[in-house]
Amino acid sequence: MATAHGAAHDHGSHAHGHDEHHTPTGWRRYVYSTNHKDIGTMYLVFAIGAALIGATFSVIMRLELLQPGVQYFNAADGTPNGHLWNTVVTAHGLIMVFFVVMPALIGGFGNWFVPLMIGAPDMAFPRMNNISFWLLPPAFLLLLASALIGGGVGTGWTIYPPLTIQQGAGMDLAIFSLHIAGASSILGAINFITTIFNMRAPGMTLHRMPLFAWSILVTAFLLLLALPVLAGAITMLLTDRNFGTHFFDAAGGGDPTLFLHLFWFFGHPEVYIMILPAFGIVSHIISTFSKKPIFGYLGMAYAMVAIGVVGFVVWAHHMYTVGMDVDTRAYFVAATMVIAVPTGVKIFSWIATMWGGSIRLEVPMLWAIGFIFLFTVGGVTGVVLANAGVDYALHNTYYVIAHFHYVLSLGAVFGMFAGYYYWIGKMSGRQYPEWAAQIHFWTTFIGVNLTFFPMHFSGLAGMPRHYVDYPDAMWHWNYISSLGAFLSFGSTLFWLVFVVFGGLLAGRKVGANYWGEGATTLEWTVPSPPPFHTFEELPHISPAAHP
Amino acid sequence: MKATGDRNARLAWRLAGVVGGMLALAYAASPLYDLFCRTTGFGGTPQVAQAGDRTILERTVAVRFDSNVDPNLPWRFQPLEREVRVKLGEERLTHYRVTNVSQRPIVGTSTYNVTPEPAGPWFNKVQCFCFTEQLLLPGQSVDLPVIFFVDSEMDKDRRYENVRTITLSYTFFEAKTERAKTLLGGVSAGATGKGG
Repeated sequence: MATAHGAAHDHGSHAHGHDEHHTPTGWRRYVYSTNHKDIGTMYLVFAIGAALIGATFSVIMRLELLQPGVQYFNAADGTPNGHLWNTVVTAHGLIMVFFVVMPALIGGFGNWFVPLMIGAPDMAFPRMNNISFWLLPPAFLLLLASALIGGGVGTGWTIYPPLTIQQGAGMDLAIFSLHIAGASSILGAINFITTIFNMRAPGMTLHRMPLFAWSILVTAFLLLLALPVLAGAITMLLTDRNFGTHFFDAAGGGDPTLFLHLFWFFGHPEVYIMILPAFGIVSHIISTFSKKPIFGYLGMAYAMVAIGVVGFVVWAHHMYTVGMDVDTRAYFVAATMVIAVPTGVKIFSWIATMWGGSIRLEVPMLWAIGFIFLFTVGGVTGVVLANAGVDYALHNTYYVIAHFHYVLSLGAVFGMFAGYYYWIGKMSGRQYPEWAAQIHFWTTFIGVNLTFFPMHFSGLAGMPRHYVDYPDAMWHWNYISSLGAFLSFGSTLFWLVFVVFGGLLAGRKVGANYWGEGATTLEWTVPSPPPFHTFEELPHISPAAHP
Repeated sequence: MKATGDRNARLAWRLAGVVGGMLALAYAASPLYDLFCRTTGFGGTPQVAQAGDRTILERTVAVRFDSNVDPNLPWRFQPLEREVRVKLGEERLTHYRVTNVSQRPIVGTSTYNVTPEPAGPWFNKVQCFCFTEQLLLPGQSVDLPVIFFVDSEMDKDRRYENVRTITLSYTFFEAKTERAKTLLGGVSAGATGKGG
């Protein structure tokens, strides 16, 4: 804390001396880091590494599903090993949710750009920021170990009992992993809320704050309210497994359905936690490349607040089939559909921002437009699934898989890539190579649609999720899905080699505001890459500089 | 500067309080949910009632009996009647038979449920064996009684017009409670006594 405030305080020459003498170097710069930019970078690197592992799992799954019959997931005696399959499914889900999307969007871009956008010298609690990040690698190692120990965890990311109570020792590691990752996110959330409430530059009122900062603020509140419930639920699971409690264990009068309620009370806000920061990023990009301020700024900000609030009262639409009363289901159907209203406000405001704008189809803009398209597709299937009657037929089919990959794997991931292309010049000082970026966008766009659109058909045909095998009749669309997955994965490797390494090593050097007059937020007023300490003299925001 | 630091710390502690509150609520959900199910019959929780006079209607429903045993419990467990037809409000006695087919004494306990779930509030049990620890010696067999009635009030609710069949389901698990240990302790002490 002292460091941040020292830096924030305008001591003139002292601040300079501070900068030169105390910029740490070597491994200390990162391991002991209290600098929001370095911590943001570590989050991004961590997320990319975890993403490659999570994506590898998904490619292994698509390889297995390329043909009917069980090719790879066989036990030593040649019989299909469905548990091993479920272990890979679970690892894929948990890694992508907790170790890719959340670290990249919140920890990575959030750390980098929230302080820059609100004109703060750093986060409110820089050392807490450090522990937030460094809790993640041990959590990740525990999760990887859980897949290898005690036969692995084959429960799906929803870790429903009674299956979780029957799993081997790996389950305990997975629970610890979620505890640690959760603690990391809660600390991060407290840090973001304090930073945004208390450390905005003079003149930067909440209603002048850039939408990305708004999105992180709402996300942080969701984390703060949702994650403790998950922590409580998995702690009960842990004591049920090891210490003879019976919260969920029916043998002692517990109720597994209670876990479903607790899990989804966390789980539904969690999906908004993953998508809201992407909303923020996309808003900036659409505005920048349309050379217009965002349409309906306040509506956009409060739409996110509304999504966050309503997101807490719709959880049971994930569990229509547990046997709820028809009136209860009717309520959850109606409440769920209400979310389409603020979401629609956002979609139409983005389109209205582009309307009549001077549109430049730079690569970040391609990703942002791709995001709007794919998120809308996923949103529409979401409204379909919100109907309890329809969900009875589609529950646990590939239709649901297609739906949530359109909003998350495509929505959130497109948001992450959009943010990467928009800000990599700012973060590294070097622009991405245009040709590679174009190839990456188009191959990914085609690849992911090829993967996930046919899953709607597989799902409507009745293909259940979490199965290692399927009947021959379902081969066609599965085959196409697999080809799409290979193309997407190849595209990701291409991105890593040519865009990330190529761009960082040999990219064109860029100035402070390389996107020109459309980019109006504060991060474009500092050099690219920004110096180690920024805004030692606080910027003053005039009412005219409304985002 | 100190003022900002204090302000930050104060806000952070409040936020930490929110985290603690949510964690406490998660734990509070367990007893509250249980209470909620018991009072409303939500999720097919049958109601435990007192015997007494009540109106009996001509409308009948079929009540089916289902039995399950945890795979780790070497017991045989089945209803002596598969299905009975009762008038609404009529009190009925039926039995389940449970047999220990293993070579060791075991204490079991059972949980129960009613489907369709909305029928839970109308299904009343005057006497049942659920949640009681039952000790069975090797090869021992016991008939467990259930006395129940379907509340005639169900007839007044038009949402239950289509309910013609109600299934009562029990599942037996091995009991690992303190009382179960006491029961087993008594047996093994007795066995040692005999052997000696």
